[in-house]
Amino acid sequence: MSGVELPASTEALRRVREDPHRLGHVGHARAPALGAGHGETGPASKRIIVGYGFWLFLLSDIVIFSCFFAAFAVQRGATAGGPTMHQIVDVPRVALETGALLLSSYTCGLSFAATNAKNLLWTQVFLFLTGLLGLAFVLMEAQEFYGLAMQGITPQRSGLLSAFFGLVGLHGLHVTIGGLWLATMMAQVQLKGFRREIIHRLICFNLFWHALDIVWIGIFTIVYLIGSVPA
Amino acid sequence: MFGRLDWSAVPFDQPIPLITSVIIILVVVGAVALVAVKGWTPYLWREWITSVDHKRIGVMYILLGVLMLLRGFADAIMMRTQQAVAINAQGYLPPEHYNQIFTAHGTIMILFGAMPLVIGFMNFLVPLQLGVRDVAFPTFNSVGFWLTASGALLVNVSLFVGEFARTGWLPYPPLSEATYTPGVGVDYYLWAVQISGVGTLIAGINIVTTVLKMRCPGMGYLRMPMFTWTALASSMLIIAVFPVLTATLAMLTLDRYAGFHFFTNTAGGNPMMFVNLIWAWGHPEVYILVLPAFGIFSEVFSTFSGKPLFGYRSMVAATLFICVVSLMVWLHHFFTMGAGAAVNTFFGIASSVIAVGTGVKIYNWIFTMYGGRVRFEGPMLWSMGFIFTFIIGGLTGVLLAVPPADFLVHNSMFLVAHFHNVIVGGVVFAIFAGLEFWFPKAFGFRLYPGWGKVAFWCAFLGFWVTFTPLYVLGLMGMTRRLQHIDIPEWRPWLYVSVAGVGIIILGVIAQVLQLVLSIRDRDKLRDETGDPWDGRSLEWATPSPAPFFNFAVMPNVEGEEAYWGIKQRAIETQALGPEPKYEPIEMPLNSPVGVVTAFFTFFFGFSMIWHIWWLAGLALAAAYAGFVVFAWRDVHEFHVPVEEVARIDRARRASREALLARLRQQGAEL
Repeated sequence: MSGVELPASTEALRRVREDPHRLGHVGHARAPALGAGHGETGPASKRIIVGYGFWLFLLSDIVIFSCFFAAFAVQRGATAGGPTMHQIVDVPRVALETGALLLSSYTCGLSFAATNAKNLLWTQVFLFLTGLLGLAFVLMEAQEFYGLAMQGITPQRSGLLSAFFGLVGLHGLHVTIGGLWLATMMAQVQLKGFRREIIHRLICFNLFWHALDIVWIGIFTIVYLIGSVPA
Repeated sequence: MFGRLDWSAVPFDQPIPLITSVIIILVVVGAVALVAVKGWTPYLWREWITSVDHKRIGVMYILLGVLMLLRGFADAIMMRTQQAVAINAQGYLPPEHYNQIFTAHGTIMILFGAMPLVIGFMNFLVPLQLGVRDVAFPTFNSVGFWLTASGALLVNVSLFVGEFARTGWLPYPPLSEATYTPGVGVDYYLWAVQISGVGTLIAGINIVTTVLKMRCPGMGYLRMPMFTWTALASSMLIIAVFPVLTATLAMLTLDRYAGFHFFTNTAGGNPMMFVNLIWAWGHPEVYILVLPAFGIFSEVFSTFSGKPLFGYRSMVAATLFICVVSLMVWLHHFFTMGAGAAVNTFFGIASSVIAVGTGVKIYNWIFTMYGGRVRFEGPMLWSMGFIFTFIIGGLTGVLLAVPPADFLVHNSMFLVAHFHNVIVGGVVFAIFAGLEFWFPKAFGFRLYPGWGKVAFWCAFLGFWVTFTPLYVLGLMGMTRRLQHIDIPEWRPWLYVSVAGVGIIILGVIAQVLQLVLSIRDRDKLRDETGDPWDGRSLEWATPSPAPFFNFAVMPNVEGEEAYWGIKQRAIETQALGPEPKYEPIEMPLNSPVGVVTAFFTFFFGFSMIWHIWWLAGLALAAAYAGFVVFAWRDVHEFHVPVEEVARIDRARRASREALLARLRQQGAEL
């Protein structure tokens, strides 16, 4: 790999070769290549179609999260005499959780670099690390929830806590399902190698994992950091 | 062992649901037995149930939608007759049953009737109109359909096992919370809608990806047929708002199952948050339904007027305008919430502004007919009836969009009349126009025009006789969802309304007769040309029924109205284009993953409803295992040999030659 992004199509490959730093827009003068999926060029390649469809799915998933964010914003003050956010946030622990998850995104990116290089061993190693970090994240979150529950801080206590556990729990559920998917993918890569459709699935998995990170950054900021400030 | 489920769930003491469900069960068992005895099972399994062909899936969606329309119509008949007999009396439906009926009517008509029909048309038509061979994700398409079907099955199972929700088609809390509605009714609603909602989301992603990434060469955005544009707009709305429905119902589920306080009226829950969220989905939802309906009318008007669609680009702009603005009007469903004058004014203006986009469309359709050679075939009658009906519905909608006026008729029969006016006049009329219009493309033979016209006139007149009195009743102060009525002055209007239902029943009979008689005489009605209506978009370039690969060679589009251009050139030069060089075609393999997943998902939903936790876990694990088994498949495509492609396409060319010869002869006679 020569430090160049993935060739999404031959058209993209040509563009990268002719204009590696994207300084100018090559292509005004000539018709775009067939099969690029733009304008009048005919259907795009399978790889672009799969990635594009998965992006749309991620958008819809982010809409689900945004509903839970909205509910959290609405319920912020609905403590019903119970604890406020300030009283339940433990910033150092959440910083550790965040570190684990962000690092897992990094290893996930490395695994895909290895996939591009068709290196089975390093792909698996980095996928495994990703899964391990994801597991650490989920366990830390479970421990946080358990600790809160032991103090009687449960979603049944107030509207605020329902929204808190709903939003953070939804993210945790996503990471768990992502882990299940990751394990399935590792088995597939091992047994089937880098077949075309398996690389497509790895692209989708990467998109999913990074999207969860982006959502977590929203949760970290809006729920935990802002919540840590006394109201 | 079986959670809340025991024999008391079966309504032995209620004759109406019991007899209905026994009849339904007998019909289903009879149908399955017939299929088994005749040995049709392998055929059905191979060609339909596991099919990933977008046309087959589209047809199955439409079949499901038609069945659910009939079910919802039965509910409607019961409601209108109950209100007519329950004047200073209790009528024949006790309140707890009546409340289930209006809930089921709304839920079924919108989510399991209209949605499958609209998605069915999108599935069937979009790839054909874009000149491609399938949707972007054919197997997921099958998964989406079967999930929708299992959601519909859950709703119908509630008739026989347990009960359905009594909360209205949008289960407003706190009534829908476990405290006030402890039974399984709301749970049936939640799981049925969640499961079918996932199916809808899959369909939406599929259509958007297909339209944006898979058009045939030359098919630029401003060359796409109008129906495809509306399918794109509608599917974008699905991706934007169906997750809101999923999230909202998930929150209500957490409230009911785990004691959360999202929407409760205690411990800081916020019921109005549910109302805001659900309408943030619910209002765009009506545009998800009506935009493809507009697309169907656009195709029908231009085809049967023999003219290109008037103001094509303004039509595209109006479609996208409606798509965006529909996301900004949800609060008009509850002006009475008390959000204050400023908020109500904003949403009142936004709601009225939508009428501008719709107005552009109405004028475009009228100008399409102007100066054209209009053929008054069945689809055209439905479309012209739509213009009249929809304008009235739109006008009463603008009245409701004015907050002070809305306060007077909020939740009254005026509102009921208004939304039936736009949804029946818009969506249902479009569906029947589309059914007759594209039936030959799906099955290779036309429907008898006569019975279709009878059906139209009965439905059109019946509609107005049914719903005009409801406007009057609303203005007289009658609220919606009344189980019995204490004001005898309303009696004549309720009687007129029942008479209208009678006329609609005649229309339904005519529609069924049209279908049955046409199937009986299908050889006489065969469409040999593939272009029975003198069509203008690419689906009419294929034979009827279209082969599973749609196009032997991917068309190369050179302008708007792709097929019309090809046809005109053939007529001018008196010859078809040269025979293309055929190549083998790669097509996706059939897959049972959709039906298997949906099968387990049904059991998952059912056991969640009845709190049978072990079965829920088992079913979920089985559904996941099914997916993994599918993912292990190595071969996803098969090749259609070049001889097969050539044989099928040469037959198409021969029938086109014959058509050309016939046109030549007609020209000579003129």
